[in-house]
Amino acid sequence: MKLSLGPLLYYWPKQTTEDFYQQALSSDADIIYLGETVCSKRRELKARDWINLAKALNNQGKEIVLSSMALLEAPSEVKVLKQLCENGELSVEANDIGAIQLLSEKKVPFVCGPAINCYNAHVLKLFVNQGMQRWVMPVELSRDWLQKALIDAQAMGIREHFEVEVFAHGHLPLAYSARCFTARSENKAKDDCELCCIKYPQGRITSTQEGQQVFVLNGIQTQSGYCYNLLNDVESMRGLVDVVRVSPSSLDSLATLQQFKQQILGDSQTIKHDNLQCNGYWHKIAGLSLHQ
Amino acid sequence: MELLCPAGSLPALKTAIDCGADAVYVGLKDDTNARHFAGLNFNDKKLAKGAQYVRDHNKHLHVAINTFAHPGEQKRWFNAVDKCVDLGANAAIIADIATLDYAVNKYPELELHLSVQASATNTAAIDFYQKNFNIKRVVLPRVLSIHQVKQLSRNTDVDLEVFAFGSLCIMAEGRCYLSSYFTGESPNTVGACSPAKYVRWQETDNGLESRLNNILIDRYQSNEKAGYPTLCKGKFTVDDQLYHALEEPTSLNTLSMIPELMETGITSVKIEGRQRSPAYVEQITRVWRAAIDSYQQAPQQYQVKKDWDVVLANVSEGSQTTLGAYHRDWQ
Repeated sequence: MKLSLGPLLYYWPKQTTEDFYQQALSSDADIIYLGETVCSKRRELKARDWINLAKALNNQGKEIVLSSMALLEAPSEVKVLKQLCENGELSVEANDIGAIQLLSEKKVPFVCGPAINCYNAHVLKLFVNQGMQRWVMPVELSRDWLQKALIDAQAMGIREHFEVEVFAHGHLPLAYSARCFTARSENKAKDDCELCCIKYPQGRITSTQEGQQVFVLNGIQTQSGYCYNLLNDVESMRGLVDVVRVSPSSLDSLATLQQFKQQILGDSQTIKHDNLQCNGYWHKIAGLSLHQ
Repeated sequence: MELLCPAGSLPALKTAIDCGADAVYVGLKDDTNARHFAGLNFNDKKLAKGAQYVRDHNKHLHVAINTFAHPGEQKRWFNAVDKCVDLGANAAIIADIATLDYAVNKYPELELHLSVQASATNTAAIDFYQKNFNIKRVVLPRVLSIHQVKQLSRNTDVDLEVFAFGSLCIMAEGRCYLSSYFTGESPNTVGACSPAKYVRWQETDNGLESRLNNILIDRYQSNEKAGYPTLCKGKFTVDDQLYHALEEPTSLNTLSMIPELMETGITSVKIEGRQRSPAYVEQITRVWRAAIDSYQQAPQQYQVKKDWDVVLANVSEGSQTTLGAYHRDWQ
């Protein structure tokens, strides 16, 4: 099993982002995804900067993949997507079906990201034919679902044609909206947001009236209130999962990669989850549940 | 511009047709559609009757097959497509790529509409579905501004259908897992958002509480009107500020946009609400029929009539309506 560092979902200052990726180069990640996947207004790093950063990190012992936006509404956003797809060197994580269209037209190999509705082996087969090399399963799916999809994939003779990646640590991206919830939380309209999400490098915590943490607001993206953590489930991934993804939240994520590395190597013990963590989806129960 | 109305039952279907719908959309009685609720939708017998009624009145029938096929159980989705063809339905509304692939290969003549659950919001995505599955129409997610809808309309020859009225999904449809995060069941996998079996109401000292899978969604004082605990419409706190962090209980209402939608060349306006009663269907259909006819008779003089708004407000969530994402200020 390999380890990946998912795309940064939050909005950080340019220097912080670049420093983070310099450090990530010496982390346990085998694969590093980078690029803006949430909001096109975030321009501390513009598309060109992301491509340059990705190219600078390439050929240093890690596989580098450019991640693209999940929700594309404006023609200008499709233009940026084209720019990523035409980078000429790196593969791309498609997070909207439009990206698969552009990438397959250009015969650029791609990763099917978690924001694409791929729920069964028939879809996997079609995507494999269009150039998919790796599938990041939608975050709401379970081990059971994965296993069934892979049995079908085996029967269709395509199981060897793609890798399987699972989002295993971090706040789960659960939804995308036209509305910016971070701007709303500051009583601003999206068109007048002043890029206020840069003030919340790990999003804004949202709780019920009883204090239960239910969401993290990250611009137009709504994340899980609890941190998804499949550290104790690595054993049950063997034989099914090829890549384990850690979603970055701070430099601590690099230490998390190390923990996963130890789990994969089989020399670690079961950790005790705190009550702000969850693993329900993998166990086929409500996402926010914790299966001990 | 087609007026497309919801029918969760045979009486609702007949009502919609009688009150002026050009077309109705229905779902089968299983998890192949995104309104998979107890007591709702059509078994084979009812569906045959419904299809006959629609045909007798020279209207159109669309069948929604808009959840995602479970691995090992694809047959159920493929069978739904077979049924749709056997019935002589005018179109299948499909979200899942596996199901689209099956439909286009087995029934090249069947008109395919891309469900809103497929979440196609841009020209590249629409291209994908057009080139691979020859879709005739796309139902646009409720995340686009009217400006963006116009841009799309200029850049694609696929027909566009938009949501005109009803409960407001504020997330890109088909890519929202909030419901399964709370309950384990989502529109994509089970065909329901915030399923009723997880809802609990409780009178407490703090007021009437609504819960979804035991998670507190809202609290109401005796003078407040309580609404269904759809989780994105709950009241939550961000840094000690208590408010509707995602959205208020409200419904989409675009009556005032009819001229713009017509000028944009929108093929069909869709009314949400297969889970609602025939009485709801009747009121909404009458108002929308009157509004579209009024525009067509005298485009320059078109104005939203006060009594239309009153009728619509009465059947809206929280008795309030919004233009939603069509209007940039909402975003």
